[in-house]
Amino acid sequence: MPSNVKDIIACRVGRSLRLVRYGANVPAGFPSPADDYVEGHLDLNEHLIHHPAATFFVRASGHSMVNAGIFDGDLLIVDRALSPQDGDIVIAVLFGELTVKRIRKRQDKLLLEPDNAAYPAIEVPPEANFQVWGVVAHAIHRMVRR
Amino acid sequence: MIALVDCNNFYCSCERVFQPELAGRPLVVLSNNDGCIVARSNEVKAMGIAMGSPLFKVRDLVRRHQIVVRSSNYSLYGDMSQRVMRTLEPLSPIVEAYSIDEAFVYLDGLKVDIMEHARLLRRTVLQHTGIPVSVGIGPTKTLAKAASKLAKSDPRHEGIFSVADPAARDVALERLAVKDVWGVGPRYARMLAREGIVTARALRDADLAWVRQKMTIGGMRTVLELRGQRCFHAEMEPPPSQQIVRSRSFGRAVESLEDLEQAVAMHASRAAEKLRGQHLAAGLASVFIATNRFKSDSPQYGNSITVKPAIPTDATNTLIACTLRGLRRIYRPGYAYKKAGVMLMDLTSATDAPQSLFAELQSPQSSSLDPTLDAVNRRFGPNTLRYAAVGFEHPWAMRRQFCSPRYTTCWNELPAVKVRV
Repeated sequence: MPSNVKDIIACRVGRSLRLVRYGANVPAGFPSPADDYVEGHLDLNEHLIHHPAATFFVRASGHSMVNAGIFDGDLLIVDRALSPQDGDIVIAVLFGELTVKRIRKRQDKLLLEPDNAAYPAIEVPPEANFQVWGVVAHAIHRMVRR
Repeated sequence: MIALVDCNNFYCSCERVFQPELAGRPLVVLSNNDGCIVARSNEVKAMGIAMGSPLFKVRDLVRRHQIVVRSSNYSLYGDMSQRVMRTLEPLSPIVEAYSIDEAFVYLDGLKVDIMEHARLLRRTVLQHTGIPVSVGIGPTKTLAKAASKLAKSDPRHEGIFSVADPAARDVALERLAVKDVWGVGPRYARMLAREGIVTARALRDADLAWVRQKMTIGGMRTVLELRGQRCFHAEMEPPPSQQIVRSRSFGRAVESLEDLEQAVAMHASRAAEKLRGQHLAAGLASVFIATNRFKSDSPQYGNSITVKPAIPTDATNTLIACTLRGLRRIYRPGYAYKKAGVMLMDLTSATDAPQSLFAELQSPQSSSLDPTLDAVNRRFGPNTLRYAAVGFEHPWAMRRQFCSPRYTTCWNELPAVKVRV
């Protein structure tokens, strides 16, 4: 089954997730010796999302992109602010539908390539209403299944 | 110069970003309760279907032309609107969000070619958000608005029109009907027409003292703005909320107190949620109910009452209790109610809110309950976790028969996009 785009979700911007939190939340007793060394927290949004207003989340379904590191059910972070370049993995609109593929520019031809030898590359017909919807910046793959 | 950036058929465009199969197909978006058409794609405009048409009056056209119909999906439109505004911000020193789908973008002091910059604004918003926009450019807000009307009037303009050049301005304002000038309502337009003023240019050249006498100071400012003098300035800071209102029309008439109680409890919960989102507490809560005033043949009744909680509060349970107490006082049986709502007033910062020495302290249980409630509902969608008073079966709920999923704000309303390659 080819890789499909199943779900689209916007990223929620501006809400940070605190992963590490040192602090003097000690009502009594000795202050922490680490207090002077606190440098804030790591914000995963900051790490993964560079253009919040242009970033959307997309759920991939299907197996045609496994060699590119995209598995069935993965969450893709799509950055529409990035301009697509040869070799990028993109969300594309082709014949009115969304699909996830690697984009290749070959002379005057545009190819959409699944990263799986079992599926053929698609040549975009010049008359097709083709459009790159966004560039896939990251894939988030869940390791634990519980 | 000021650019008015105006999203084209905004609600329709939002739907199309996530449903690319709708591109090029006629599409309308309906008002709350699926009553009237509030947004039309260009294909529908070309069919001559008017803005505001009740759906039932155009049923035949909808069927014949296979017009795609959507209920309004404000969760989606609100989120996309914020994205458009945020995309404009790095491209201008001042961006004033004027409405859900329009922003005044100030170009003063930018050392750029204005037309080139307008193309950049347009290209960037389209790429980053998928929303097509038109850009009108002029030295004042009113002229920028006028230019944006003209930008849309002819596809040859490619969505950009400028009246920056005074020589071009005369011709442009001659083409613009006076009723389409920002700030001239239909009533003034009729009055002006009687006086022989039918174009924006004629209004601009009208006698200022006469305009002031006929159209007050607001009308005079409009004329000055048309002459290129700035009277309306950027309004950056939205005034802090003075009140939070939450109300809905019912999908069908409601008569029983039980149904009204559920509706009011729901409005109170959502208003309280909004209150907490802004870190405010309410000193007063009012509740209102009304019958359908357009049904003049059925008995009419409407009333409201304001209830004061013991101390300013942001707690859902307290606000539900207050508003239900109020509702029971104003409820009269035997009427077909069309609308109910809740308004929270006397808002203060939640941390500054005075604490009463004698009032019961809020129980720790409820103070940790509400943040949990908010977190769950943020994650799984509004009303996922609710007070029992809100109830579950809402046969009176607003009609939203053709609503698309909340693609961008709700994890459990994820769209399934089928792709065959």
